[in-house]
This record gives sequence, structure tokens and C-alpha cells, in this order.
Amino acid sequence: MDAHDLELRNLTYQRFVELGRAPAPEELGPRDEVLAGWRRLHDEHALVLDGDAIRMANPFSGVPTPYRVDAAGRRWYANCAWDAFGVCAALGVHGRIEYGDVVVAVRDRKPDDESLVFHCLVPAARWWDDIVYT
Amino acid sequence: MNLFRSGERVEGGVTIPVATLAELAYAWWGDRLAPDWRPHTREQNQAILDGLGLTGDFWKLP
Repeated sequence: MDAHDLELRNLTYQRFVELGRAPAPEELGPRDEVLAGWRRLHDEHALVLDGDAIRMANPFSGVPTPYRVDAAGRRWYANCAWDAFGVCAALGVHGRIEYGDVVVAVRDRKPDDESLVFHCLVPAARWWDDIVYT
Repeated sequence: MNLFRSGERVEGGVTIPVATLAELAYAWWGDRLAPDWRPHTREQNQAILDGLGLTGDFWKLP
């Protein structure tokens, strides 16, 4: 990742957090230039595109998902359980995660219900074969 | 990559305690918004997994 793409990546994440949603390419700069950079970042697994839109800026999701996170005064969507905790981690704040009827608060980096378990179906070697499925 | 209540039946893969997941998330994603962020290397990420006891073929990164 060269310095230009790193700058675009950091700007993308910064605007995501400011807006509380995935930015559109034209919100970051000239559309074609931003999209070309995003495609390079997608190829490097620095974000995940769906067409011309951000599907994932991990741990944040660009689309609604079953993993909802209340943190830093906003509601976020995460890509999975791991990313739901990752939203709190990235923002550096406490939070509250909802997944169906499972609700868990995160305070001082710890879940308030330690009886829950995390199920990971896909082995690490294959996570990026289909990251949306993973 | 989902959360379940302890005792719920899940098919395939592996399960780990949610407390370990939280530690994993903070180690993996905690620097994601840092101004000096750089991509983690494979070795850095594998060290995170190893450090939490997530070892063996299932947790081996490509």
C-alpha cells in the first residue's frame, strides 16, 4: 500500500466515523480517482467493495446487518460478532451489541455476559475466499 | 462468525468464549482508526491469534 492509498484509506475511515455511515466516493474527492483507489484497497483487503460502494470497512459494515452496536452516541452495523466488538475497540469506547435476542454490553473492553460463545465456521486460511460469507 | 448462548447447538467450525473474542477484537481492530495505522502483517495477526491460544490448523492464516 503506497502513501497515496494509505491516505485515502485513512480518509475513508475518518469520514465513515464522522458520518456514521460509509461515505460515497464523491464525498472524498473526484469520483473516478477515489474509486480507482478503493479498488486497489479492496484488492489489498483494506476494505471491501460491492460495486462502487463500501460493503465493509472492517470492523464497520457499510450496510445494515444483524449485528447492531450502540457506541459513541451512534448506532453502527458490524459485519459479524468479532467486528461488533471491533467497533467498540476501534472507537475506543464502551458499547452495547445486539444480535437477535442476544444483548451484551462492553465495558472496559469486557463483555458483561461471559456465558456467550463465539462460533467461527470458516478456518482462518479461507476467511478471504468469501469475506462476506465468512 | 456469530454469537450464541452457551449450550446452543452449532454445526462445524470452532467455538471460543466471548471473553476471548473481546480480547481478540481489541488486539485486531484496536488500532484501526489510529492516524499512524499501517496494515498488520500476516505475522502480526498470527501472533495475536497465537497469543490468545488460538492455535492449530483452524487458526493458521494463509
